[in-house]
Amino acid sequence: MSFSNNLKENVIRSAGVDPKKCMKCGKCTATCPNGNEMEYKPHQFVYMVEKGDIEPLMNTDSIYKCLSCFACVERCPRGVEPAKFIEAVRVAKIRKQGENHLKADMIPDLLDEDLPQQAIVTAFRKYSK
Amino acid sequence: MQRIGVFVCHCGTNIAGTVDVKAVAEAMKYENGVVFSTDYQYMCSEAGQNIIKDAIKEHKLTGIVVCSCSPRMHEATFRKAAQSVGLNPYMVEIANIREQCSWIHKDMATGTEKAIILARTAVAKVHLNAPLTSGETPVVKRALVIGGGIAGIQTALDIADAGFPVDIVEKLPTIGGKMSQIDKTFPTLDCAACILTPKMVDAAQNENIKIYSYSEVSGVKGFVGNFEVTIKRKARFVDETKCTGCGLCTEKCPQKRVPNEFNLGMDQRRAIYIPFAQAVPKIATIDADYCTMLKTGKCGVCSKVCTAGAIDYTQKDEFITEKYGAIVVATGFNPIKLDKYDEYAYSQSKDVITSLEFERLTNAAGPTAGKLLRPSDGKHPHKIVFVQCVGSRDTRECGKSYCSKICCMYTAKHAMLTREKYPDTEVYVFYIDVRTPGKNFDEFYRRAVEEYGVHYIKGMVGKVIPEGDKLIVRASDLISNEQLTIDADLVVLAAAIEPDKTARPLATMLTASMDTNDFFTEAHPKLRPVESPTAGIFLSGACQGPKDIPETVAQASAAAAKVIGLLVKDKMKNNACVAHSDENMCNGCSNCAKVCAYNAISYVDKEFRMPDRTTRVRRVAVVNDAVCQGCGACTVTCPSGAMDLKGFSNKQIMAEVDAICK
Repeated sequence: MSFSNNLKENVIRSAGVDPKKCMKCGKCTATCPNGNEMEYKPHQFVYMVEKGDIEPLMNTDSIYKCLSCFACVERCPRGVEPAKFIEAVRVAKIRKQGENHLKADMIPDLLDEDLPQQAIVTAFRKYSK
Repeated sequence: MQRIGVFVCHCGTNIAGTVDVKAVAEAMKYENGVVFSTDYQYMCSEAGQNIIKDAIKEHKLTGIVVCSCSPRMHEATFRKAAQSVGLNPYMVEIANIREQCSWIHKDMATGTEKAIILARTAVAKVHLNAPLTSGETPVVKRALVIGGGIAGIQTALDIADAGFPVDIVEKLPTIGGKMSQIDKTFPTLDCAACILTPKMVDAAQNENIKIYSYSEVSGVKGFVGNFEVTIKRKARFVDETKCTGCGLCTEKCPQKRVPNEFNLGMDQRRAIYIPFAQAVPKIATIDADYCTMLKTGKCGVCSKVCTAGAIDYTQKDEFITEKYGAIVVATGFNPIKLDKYDEYAYSQSKDVITSLEFERLTNAAGPTAGKLLRPSDGKHPHKIVFVQCVGSRDTRECGKSYCSKICCMYTAKHAMLTREKYPDTEVYVFYIDVRTPGKNFDEFYRRAVEEYGVHYIKGMVGKVIPEGDKLIVRASDLISNEQLTIDADLVVLAAAIEPDKTARPLATMLTASMDTNDFFTEAHPKLRPVESPTAGIFLSGACQGPKDIPETVAQASAAAAKVIGLLVKDKMKNNACVAHSDENMCNGCSNCAKVCAYNAISYVDKEFRMPDRTTRVRRVAVVNDAVCQGCGACTVTCPSGAMDLKGFSNKQIMAEVDAICK
């Protein structure tokens, strides 16, 4: 089994959803509040993961542009949940780099009172192993 | 003692491929009572049937076993063959060595062993078979059509044309259904009313057709050929025999603020109303929820202005019972409710409408007299966005997993007509896939794009945000791979369609099966598409699945043909395998009558001679052979073992079990 196939399987497994359920309607991208900032948009994540084309996704900053707002998950009519693929690619990338970009002791300096707790959880998801 | 013949079929290689058919025939020769045993390549062929017939005559057989395919396939064939040479058809037993043996085994030895057991089992049963004769019941030569839309009207017209009386039961005050609300029909763009209303009038004037409008089916008893249906005629507080449909009452009624359901609540009607000008029957109806007279006892304007004296505030719901030979279900569809689709702002903005509302807005008889105006401010919209697949192909709880089939075509129609009538508009259609199979359908859609310049965009709308007097539509264009924002004036949602809510309780009354989406299931998806698996129940139109008008009409006529085929019969053969009660054993406990789903069991008081020469009157069960369907529920319920099923008696079944265990 080639490396990229292995990577595809890992990403799909860690996302926990099936890209084959996608019927390419694009409602995820239509819904995404940050879609125009992303080189690869949510619907492309689903399609490229399905094709096993994961390297370009790992090397784009689109994985950090996703706000994890889960609007695409909410609206997807087929239960594909695109944000989970974006997150899975992000985690794959971070694991490969082998480094934590956000450590627990960095949190107190970053806190301000308007920051929702959800953002801290999301930040850990994005930047930590 | 029976003289039994065994006939083993090869079915080409279907059976012979995994069962040693010669070995089976050979083994059967040594079974008790078997006087003849043979095998043949195709037992169901003419030559095969002749082997059976000759053997019956030559060996004076009293019973036969055919080892072949499922009895559902060829039991009737072999029974007929036996009957033609004087053997009672119920002396034929089938051992299913194809579906239940050769097709599921790979190994010849196992397959042959099992086939021998199955054949032996059938032989054991034949020993206890007795000749049966089936009775006959007359067929009631009248049909019932439930639902008065285009499907129901077409079915009724075709049945009436063949000379049989038909009743249409319609829950609304008028027949016509969804088609009466539609403006134009695709792909020819002829006006829906122009082609529908003559059919409505035909139905009303046909002497074989009786229309029960504002009525519902409230109970169904009986069986194919002999249904007994209770129809609830809802009180409309207007005497149907007197009302002339002049409409004066509907102009004078002081209660003006009733949402008009015919225009989907986009304008208002009076408390006494006639749904639309071409309504059939053209009779006024009082809406009891809004009528001041019925609510407070003060008003009575309509009765004062009615010159025919047709208003009757004391009218009550009335129940009538009628007998029918066949029932056609034509309950139709509705668009789904969109309250769960917040992202399209349907409940927030009046200018986000469904496609059916759009039909009313463009219909000359609609709330805007056919001018396309925004419901919120009555202004002419310039930018119109159509969204397809709203709720269709949506596996979430609020949606429907199926394709609603008609939306692609009516959206193309709406877009095209808008561009034709109002060239100053910009029209966008957001689609996932455009599905236009059908005669002249794809050409129609391409015309919308090529000749009328409708912008078809592959992608979905994610959100509609009302802002000022605009609707901000956020969408994706998947082909140019970008997000779009359109400031639209009007958004039209192609809502999924679902079966009418009355279909589910009706299916329960009819014991007709439905799928998980509440569409009626057909007896066979390809070969019996207009019949329900329940005998005597037929399906017409969108109650069976999403359909456009041409398909609905085709299916409606097909259902009518099936009904006519049933009604031309004078008598129907009953099932011979019915339950019967041994009156010497019956203790009159009523348990069998309680479980009987068909009301086939009643009780009589009968005099019995006792051993001491006295007589005693006892209550015993009696089965109505014409009504009994042979389900066997009573035989397993009977505590004293008095109830038994002819052709499947307890003794026969135990003999089969013994033969298997031997």
